[in-house]
Amino acid sequence: MTATAYALPSILVFVTAALLIVVGALGVLAVRNPVHAALSLILTLFGVAVAFIAQSADFLAAVQVIVYAGAIVVLFLFVIMFLGVGRSRHDHVEPLVGQRPLAALGVAVTVGGIIALLASSHWVTGATSVSGSSLATGTGNVRQLGTAVFTTYLYAFEATAALLVIAVVGAVVLARRERVTEEAE
Amino acid sequence: MNVPAAWYLVLAAVLFGIGAYGLLTRRSAIIMFMCVELMLNAVNLTFVTFARTLSDIGGQASVFFVMVVAAAEVTVGLGIVVAVFRRRHSTSVDELTEMKG
Repeated sequence: MTATAYALPSILVFVTAALLIVVGALGVLAVRNPVHAALSLILTLFGVAVAFIAQSADFLAAVQVIVYAGAIVVLFLFVIMFLGVGRSRHDHVEPLVGQRPLAALGVAVTVGGIIALLASSHWVTGATSVSGSSLATGTGNVRQLGTAVFTTYLYAFEATAALLVIAVVGAVVLARRERVTEEAE
Repeated sequence: MNVPAAWYLVLAAVLFGIGAYGLLTRRSAIIMFMCVELMLNAVNLTFVTFARTLSDIGGQASVFFVMVVAAAEVTVGLGIVVAVFRRRHSTSVDELTEMKG
């Protein structure tokens, strides 16, 4: 962990990703309008995608943009607009005394503990490169990830298929229930 | 040479902390879901960083599954938010007190 000379492009990429991530995350917290919070969330997700590409996770970066920024944030925006949730009226009241300082203290202890663990560990991580080959980029990354998902993690992959079906059925049931009770009345 | 993994790990820890603080302090259920997404992304960033450090594709496969679970969680969670809003006309979690002991 000595301060050797790192390539300038990688440092620039890291700084860009860090700025996108931190500014977007702080925007989610600070902004009052939920629509603006969702747009700040997109900023953070793009920053994470940049960090993925910088660490040779090309396929995951594409999935990050398509699934997270494309589908999940659009779902958030759809629900916000569907419900007509305006500016939140409840954030300035504080039912629990001292909740914010306690939350800040807990978060500071957690993050500080993680960083202290990082600083004090000796990075003896044992078996490096269990799979034998180093990580590839581009289509090689897709091939490696596909091979891992469809061989080593096949049962987990099939379980996620069941999970997605359950989630879709659950969402449909949640959306339909009100109409059924209205008809019953 | 790429920047050291510790930089990305610290960045992920900071992102996790911001998300956790928002989850603990905000009242709107929708904003709380967004903060959960921030925390999940922090963990994903950690997974990818260790996958690069250890040259093991398993970390990236884990991120793949985390993304699937996050998508399912958002679908069901926002469905619950919509169902609660129809009944209460509010998404504030402070007003859901029926199960108080």
